[in-house]
Amino acid sequence: MILATIAFYIFAAVAVVAGFLVIASRNPVHSVLFLILAFFNAAGLFVLMGAEFLALILLIIYVGAVAVLFLFVVMMLDIDFSELREGFLQYLPVGALIGLIVLMELVMVFGTWAFTPEIAAVAASPIPPLNEMSNVEAIGQVMYTQYVYFFQAAGMVLLVAMIGAIVLTLRKRPNARRQVIADQVARTKETGLEIRKVDPGQGL
Amino acid sequence: MADIWITYGIPFLIIFAQSLGLLVALLLFTAYILYADRKIFAAVQMRRGPNVVGPWGLLQSFADLTKFLFKEVIIPSSANKGVFLLAPIITATLALGTWAVVPFSDGWVIADINVGILYIVAFSSLGVYGIIMGGWASNSKYSFLGALRSAAQMVSYEVSMGFVIVCVLMTAGSLNLSDIVRAQSGEAGMFNWYWLIHFPVFVIFFISAIAETNRPPFDLPEAESELVAGYATEYSSTPFLLFFLGEFISISLMAAMVTILFLGGWLPPFDVVPFNLVPGVIWFVLKICFVFFVFAIVRAYVPRYRYDQLMRLGWKVFLPLSLAWVVVTASVLVAFDLAP
Repeated sequence: MILATIAFYIFAAVAVVAGFLVIASRNPVHSVLFLILAFFNAAGLFVLMGAEFLALILLIIYVGAVAVLFLFVVMMLDIDFSELREGFLQYLPVGALIGLIVLMELVMVFGTWAFTPEIAAVAASPIPPLNEMSNVEAIGQVMYTQYVYFFQAAGMVLLVAMIGAIVLTLRKRPNARRQVIADQVARTKETGLEIRKVDPGQGL
Repeated sequence: MADIWITYGIPFLIIFAQSLGLLVALLLFTAYILYADRKIFAAVQMRRGPNVVGPWGLLQSFADLTKFLFKEVIIPSSANKGVFLLAPIITATLALGTWAVVPFSDGWVIADINVGILYIVAFSSLGVYGIIMGGWASNSKYSFLGALRSAAQMVSYEVSMGFVIVCVLMTAGSLNLSDIVRAQSGEAGMFNWYWLIHFPVFVIFFISAIAETNRPPFDLPEAESELVAGYATEYSSTPFLLFFLGEFISISLMAAMVTILFLGGWLPPFDVVPFNLVPGVIWFVLKICFVFFVFAIVRAYVPRYRYDQLMRLGWKVFLPLSLAWVVVTASVLVAFDLAP
């Protein structure tokens, strides 16, 4: 298992360093690229834990789709970061105060964290060994039976968010010329062509 | 010490040798599909194509390789140097790494993982980073526009490709690529492969594969009539070679994906004597060459799409169609109790 341990420390160290560089690098595009590196290493940690399905889903969804759009936006914005940093000291006390409050709240919540017996029983339900059932099957069997309502609810939330995003950004542009393929295909020689007799020297 | 050598050393050496073999084979294959691509393009236009270097121009790709290697690496002075050089490396590495899970024949696969198809989808969706980073780091408007187009295009077509893959997975009942191929074997030979029962999504997948690899008629990211060379405008020499190599290796990967998912991988077209004596790997390579030939023909025949038409095709045609086919497949599998 020594190899797995070495791999764990490499992935973990790179993830932590990349996470730090996300907030420390001066260039916003570099920040996003370090964020992607952190995601990538988190996926590596998932693989080490035997959760290869989660690892690849993390790569496909977060790295392959979400971070691409994020990078897209950051590249298009023309941010002057030295200007953003100007007020840094001025806002530091307020920021530190808010951070402290959130930390206190987290400590208070997690300090008194307790599982109800039912949940504990669910958590203790046997996980099938890897050689009997693959990761994908195991997740599918609980997700579509035990947690099917939560799964559906998550789907509804995403649908509402999607509709909301479309409604917010949809603009009616009455002057825009749109391509209507049916009209183009329906053109015939009679409707699309006009033959005129032009006298020499006259023009139209 | 001897333990470590046996548990880690020998498997490492075996995997290293396999990977090296695959790498050499892939590079040779790339050199010749590149040549084939140019020859087919030339033949369609009634030209001769490359015919000077070596007999019938067979060594043209190697001459190009040498030319790229010996040119000077030019980095634009206002480019973001690190990202600029990292981008082509990422493209080539990801494209090569994806081949680790591709089964060439029964058991001929470097990493026979259970989630093979997800691995391929994940790595091919990462391929967009090479392009977007290269386009941004070049600090040139053509490169940047090319990168943005490419990112939007690849994200769009990935969605319908994902749904097509879901259809195949439901029928095969596995995410393992070897199991998907095995699920296609049967009495009817080539009529048992998924291209027949999944014909509509086979067509969708084929076209999406072309769009995903930025091949003509969907080569908007490097449309030379409007963007010079798109994201590759500022690249020269070895970095450009790596971009080019990554692109062609992903094209052959897409041909391999079509082969595995729809054309029965290494299976012979009919399980009778002259056909099933030929080794599986030969069938696999022949099928990849056939799919690539069709890619090349499409490139030569079809004019380039306009950008809004490209987006319309992806989102308004392919996505609803493939989604509908997922529902149809699932319904049929459940209704007739065919699910594996």
